Amino acid sequence: MLAFLLRRIGLLIPTFLGITIAAFSFIRMIPGDPVLLMAGERGLTPERHAELLKRFGYDRPLYEQYWDFLSNAFQGDLGTSIVSKNPVLSEFFTLFPATIELALCGIIFAIVIGVPAGVIAAIRRGSIFDHGVMGTALVGYSMPIFWWGLLLIIFFSVTLNWTPVAGRISLLYFFPPVTGFMLIDSLLSGQKGAFTSTLSHLILPTIVLGTIPLAVIARQTRSAMLEVLSEDYVRTARAKGLPPFRVIAVHALRNAFIPVITTIGLQVGVLFGGAILTETIFSWPGIGKWMVESITRRDYPVVQGGLLLIAAIVMLVNLIVDALYGLINPKIRHTG
Amino acid sequence: MAETALTTGVTDTRKGGLQGELADFWRYFRENRGAVGGLVVFVFVCLVAIFADVIAPHGPYAQYRDALLVPPFWQDGSDPRFLLGTDAVGRDMLSRLIHGSRYSLFVGCIVVSISLVVGITIGLISGVVGGVLDTIIVRFMDIILAFPSLLLALVLVAILGPSLTNAMIAIAIIQQPHYVRLTRAAVLGEKNKDYVTAARVAGVGKSRLMFITILPNCLAPLIVQAALSFSTAILDAAALGFLGLGAQPPEPEWGTMLADSREFIERAWWVVTLPGIAILLTVLAINLMGDGLRDALDPKLKRS
Repeated sequence: MLAFLLRRIGLLIPTFLGITIAAFSFIRMIPGDPVLLMAGERGLTPERHAELLKRFGYDRPLYEQYWDFLSNAFQGDLGTSIVSKNPVLSEFFTLFPATIELALCGIIFAIVIGVPAGVIAAIRRGSIFDHGVMGTALVGYSMPIFWWGLLLIIFFSVTLNWTPVAGRISLLYFFPPVTGFMLIDSLLSGQKGAFTSTLSHLILPTIVLGTIPLAVIARQTRSAMLEVLSEDYVRTARAKGLPPFRVIAVHALRNAFIPVITTIGLQVGVLFGGAILTETIFSWPGIGKWMVESITRRDYPVVQGGLLLIAAIVMLVNLIVDALYGLINPKIRHTG
Repeated sequence: MAETALTTGVTDTRKGGLQGELADFWRYFRENRGAVGGLVVFVFVCLVAIFADVIAPHGPYAQYRDALLVPPFWQDGSDPRFLLGTDAVGRDMLSRLIHGSRYSLFVGCIVVSISLVVGITIGLISGVVGGVLDTIIVRFMDIILAFPSLLLALVLVAILGPSLTNAMIAIAIIQQPHYVRLTRAAVLGEKNKDYVTAARVAGVGKSRLMFITILPNCLAPLIVQAALSFSTAILDAAALGFLGLGAQPPEPEWGTMLADSREFIERAWWVVTLPGIAILLTVLAINLMGDGLRDALDPKLKRS
């Protein structure tokens, strides 16, 4: 297992270096004077321009600049935001828990509904339930989620007035962040109603973000389950007279889960893309909204740093999924 | 008499070739009701896009200042001139939706064409040439795939500047790796088969080997991928438009229309709902077709 993990990490190193090069090149590919972009000042005198050129290190050869960028990044220095003047890294970690909380809720929502729906659809292949699940999954998979979010807001927030329109918690409550996860923090604060307020703010974004993963997971679970159900060992288990529930829950599901876990792992990138849209619609103070705003404000150091951090995190999660995959499937561990 | 005999003779010999394969394909495709339904909707959208100028009752940019936020025909206060109502500056929703179909189909066509041509070429080179070049290409594709695709598209648009053209370029770039990987994998599967060795021994050149000998046998997964990425391209372009980084107002692109409509969410549901329905139906139709294509082309699932 250790050798397997080390091999995987070894494969990731060149990719990671490539990502740092991509993030480094990013600011240099934007048309226009990088000094003007980085300084965010208007009407620079030539002297000031030369001074800034030196300060940002743009007067030195590219490989030296890249080396500086890389060594700074490893020391946790990803530059400072032009707009807020805060270090990019600290801004990132202030906002990151909000995105994680949303993404976790989204994926849990998708798994809790998607896996059973897929399993039941496979068991009752060809039934109305099966057609219903697969039809709904295809609609979910085709959904423009930014529109889906607006639709849910119209229905649940505007018409029924059940849920709030935006944010993470009602302005009535205030407590210092402990973990950054609002669900935990609101419980810890002990204020009456804070937890329910957090929950009601979380419901619609969770549904919106979870929709596409839910559709993909349901489809994948069904086809994995169908494949397993036709295997000889399942027939043997049935022939032995094991109760149907045991055959499905113990014998079939275990093997059907292998492709399903891969699918869930692949949803990490999808979740981040979805978070960009979901956070924008619900004014959710997370990484996705932060990136979109930085792009429209032309806050390039933030975009550069955010890009690097997000790619690194996605890679890390994929590594964990790979490890998990190796853990449950010895075939991969020994050949891959 | 002689002539009819000749023509039937011709069709008979072709039955086993391309035409036979197409007939086979159609037989499987036709059985899938969802896929046929998707095809019908897709053809409808195509027709709407082609004849947009003729069908649309008003110009997509024409503003009727006397009819702001008029509801659709089945609601009180509607105006018979505007079947699906008007938006905040008095433009006819129906006409804008009709013209919007052009943007979506255009984006899909361009993105899929670029990704297919470039992706297949790179994938073929990677698979056939191999060696260091192959390693570099695979690594490069891994780097693109390490970024969440929508985020990468956003950043690329930030570099290139927000417009529909740049959004299409960005989307084509983020879709590239899937085509390269598929082609490469298919080529590696075919590369050592006897017919390829035979062609190579016969002295066939590298480019002929790639495009004429190997490629036709790798096409099935690529066609399915093309259908599925057509719908992804439409969704991504609409998402970029929604975030203000795709087509720019007042262009009647569906995603851009949605972005404009957000402030009317409490007063005028039709401004928000209709463009989304258009996106959903188009994408759903293409995905249904894609599923049908996959089932019809996948030999593993074929019931013989």
